[in-house]
Amino acid sequence: MSGLIKSSLARKVVMALSGLFLVFFLAQHFTINITSVIDPETFNTWSHFMGYNPLVQYLLQPILIAGVIIHFVMGFILEIQNRNARGISYVKYKGSANTPWVSRNMIYTGLVILAFLGLHFYDFWIHEMSYKYVDMLPENPTRYYEETVEKFAPFWRTVIYVISFVLLSLHLWHGFASSFQSMGVNNKYTPAIKTFAKIFAVVIPLGFAFIALYHHLNPITH
Amino acid sequence: MKLNLKIWRQKDANSKGKMVEYTLDGVEGDMSFLEMLDILNEELITKGEEPVEFDHDCREGICGTCSLQINGEPHGPDRLVTTCQLHMRKFNDGDTIVIEPFRAKAFPVIKDLIVDRSSFDRIQQAGGFISVNTSGNTVDANAIPIDKHDADAAMDAATCIGCGACVAACKNASAMLFTSAKVSQFALLPQGQVEATDRVQNMVRQMDLEGFGNCTNTGACEVECPKGISLENIARMNREYLAANIKG
Repeated sequence: MSGLIKSSLARKVVMALSGLFLVFFLAQHFTINITSVIDPETFNTWSHFMGYNPLVQYLLQPILIAGVIIHFVMGFILEIQNRNARGISYVKYKGSANTPWVSRNMIYTGLVILAFLGLHFYDFWIHEMSYKYVDMLPENPTRYYEETVEKFAPFWRTVIYVISFVLLSLHLWHGFASSFQSMGVNNKYTPAIKTFAKIFAVVIPLGFAFIALYHHLNPITH
Repeated sequence: MKLNLKIWRQKDANSKGKMVEYTLDGVEGDMSFLEMLDILNEELITKGEEPVEFDHDCREGICGTCSLQINGEPHGPDRLVTTCQLHMRKFNDGDTIVIEPFRAKAFPVIKDLIVDRSSFDRIQQAGGFISVNTSGNTVDANAIPIDKHDADAAMDAATCIGCGACVAACKNASAMLFTSAKVSQFALLPQGQVEATDRVQNMVRQMDLEGFGNCTNTGACEVECPKGISLENIARMNREYLAANIKG
């Protein structure tokens, strides 16, 4: 078992599985968020459910946090190993001749996403935790829509969110389809998987950026 | 044509190396890259200087001995060729060509442009073999019917010449393309099934022990491989490895 933990291939599988889990979470997160544009009432209902359902709060939330931590900690471990594996650097290394930029810079797009997660946690998760467990405020199933719109009133926050979504798109552009290769899936379905992954990598972050911009311009704050 | 060459010079494994500049005139387009280096070395020897050491053997693109990182790419800018098959017509008069050894911790420099690739041998020895009874009643391999697609894929994997371009090209100095080709050439054939579980586990373990990096699926190895070894082999190795560990 210790051999498996140290194994380069097993670590890549951990990276792939945690990444796919986060992709699945993004799809779920987006589905709820987009209702804030379509129907505020549905958004409130779903947000309240996610905020107070014990299964979500005490099982899915810790799993999600673990998934995020595993993905970036393993990412750092692999990155350090990879940098050490080169030894002396090339005087001239022409990465652009054989690989796309996104595939060579996953650590940087990942770091931006990690920094964004810090802000995102501060904005919404810390706020939720203090509302429920520090200030002990009563349940209010209709507060979520206005709180969300209010968050996007500042221009700087909206810009940071939109830039982060662009970086998320680049990260997914390589990472989503790559996770299948790491798990050994490379067959007749691979072109379809790659196409789906690229559509997902553009549509979901674009959708998140649209939601952020929509609420920034939302008239209820102005 | 006249070329400016920037070449890595390193006295021995323990010395610190540096890039040294040379100017070489009279290079013809029909020359191979190694012939160009031969001419440089003749000039250096005539001047009483130490020639540039580089690996070469068959000069026909089949032995996997020649290496060199040329202008930032293993085996130079051409595709599906080794350095010995790279012709100087790919360059222009007045070009500056940067020539470095393949860089990886698992490929330490021995001298100048020569690196020690015995880490590949150790990976191969860890599991890149099959058990065949050779005591006089050996069964002809052709007597076993094999699906043509599998036979072709095994043959494609077996064309890996173990030059190390995959490691040199990879931003992580990963040896997964090499190791996966060596795993695949047996995994696809019935003769390879006997040791299948141990083979992939032992070869991957040795690959990790040698200090190669991890695969981040950039695909640089596949593009730079002089034999066009496919990334499908890495996926196959990943499958084999997962299956072997699940079996225990």
